[in-house]
Amino acid sequence: MEGDITLGLKYVGAGLATLGMIGAAIGVGNIFGSFLEAAMRNPSAAPQQTGNLFIGMALSEALGILAFLVSILILFVV
Amino acid sequence: MFPFMAVADPIEQFEVKKLFELTIAGTDLSFTNASAYMMLAVGVVVALFGYTATRNTLVPDRLQSVGEIGYEFVANMIRGVAGEDGLRFFPFVFTLFFFIFAANMIGMVPYAFTTTSHVIVTGALALLVIGIVIVYGIFKNGGQFFRLFAPAGAPWPIYLILVPIEIISFLARPLTLALRLFANMLAGHIMLKLFAGFAVSLAGAGIVYLPLAALSFGMGVALNALEFLVAFLQAYVFAILTCVYLNDALHPGHH
Repeated sequence: MEGDITLGLKYVGAGLATLGMIGAAIGVGNIFGSFLEAAMRNPSAAPQQTGNLFIGMALSEALGILAFLVSILILFVV
Repeated sequence: MFPFMAVADPIEQFEVKKLFELTIAGTDLSFTNASAYMMLAVGVVVALFGYTATRNTLVPDRLQSVGEIGYEFVANMIRGVAGEDGLRFFPFVFTLFFFIFAANMIGMVPYAFTTTSHVIVTGALALLVIGIVIVYGIFKNGGQFFRLFAPAGAPWPIYLILVPIEIISFLARPLTLALRLFANMLAGHIMLKLFAGFAVSLAGAGIVYLPLAALSFGMGVALNALEFLVAFLQAYVFAILTCVYLNDALHPGHH
């Protein structure tokens, strides 16, 4: 019985850890939204900034992946 | 309970199998399917660029154009991020980009094995990148390399907080570099397998479930297209972040 509760709470914890992805989602959405907004204002400057766009995307996405990692750690390691 | 809940195991595709056993001095060096697919990725890249380099005509044919576009693409990426003197790392970034791209694309073939969905592969690549950044940074700049951790122009009390943050962010780089590629490929391939499994099980569960099966199948097709984009994008992101980190080794202090 007690083991069941521990196991259940483990899954709850893993699920809660994935909530960190909300932040990454907001961040990635913000980056692409701002990029499009700026690119519509000055389309000629947009191609030079795609590198920065993907760097920003990758960096904020990394935090979502850390949330995924925490969830995997809770499930399989702890 | 529900007959359609029993889908094929989505994790099974990542299983490493030994193709033939090999043990040297107590270390398991067996040739696995992961090794085979990595060699295949290297072989594809070598074949493409071997062809491109030996053909060497002024007016390229299609395959030669692919190689030349790839060359220009990576060269422009390095020039844009790390400047002209970043081009001394061109062979490294080029190899890295095309190895990851080929491995990701081979992974998209049904029943193929995705080497980049194993954290040991991406971890080794990320450690290689960060090792080169540290060794080259110290070799080129000496102690000046450590100014990376203390950007100029902040008032001194700020440094008490800034330096630990910069050190942690530097140490997190290989971790995030490895995990980004690994997690993207892993999650993507699990998702593809899940939707494909749903489609098959729902179609088998009875005529009532056929619309759901069609929906699931359509979703699987759409996700497949998305995964091709992700396969390219993650190779690109890995290469461009390598350029960003190499830029720190080339010019520490102005970022």
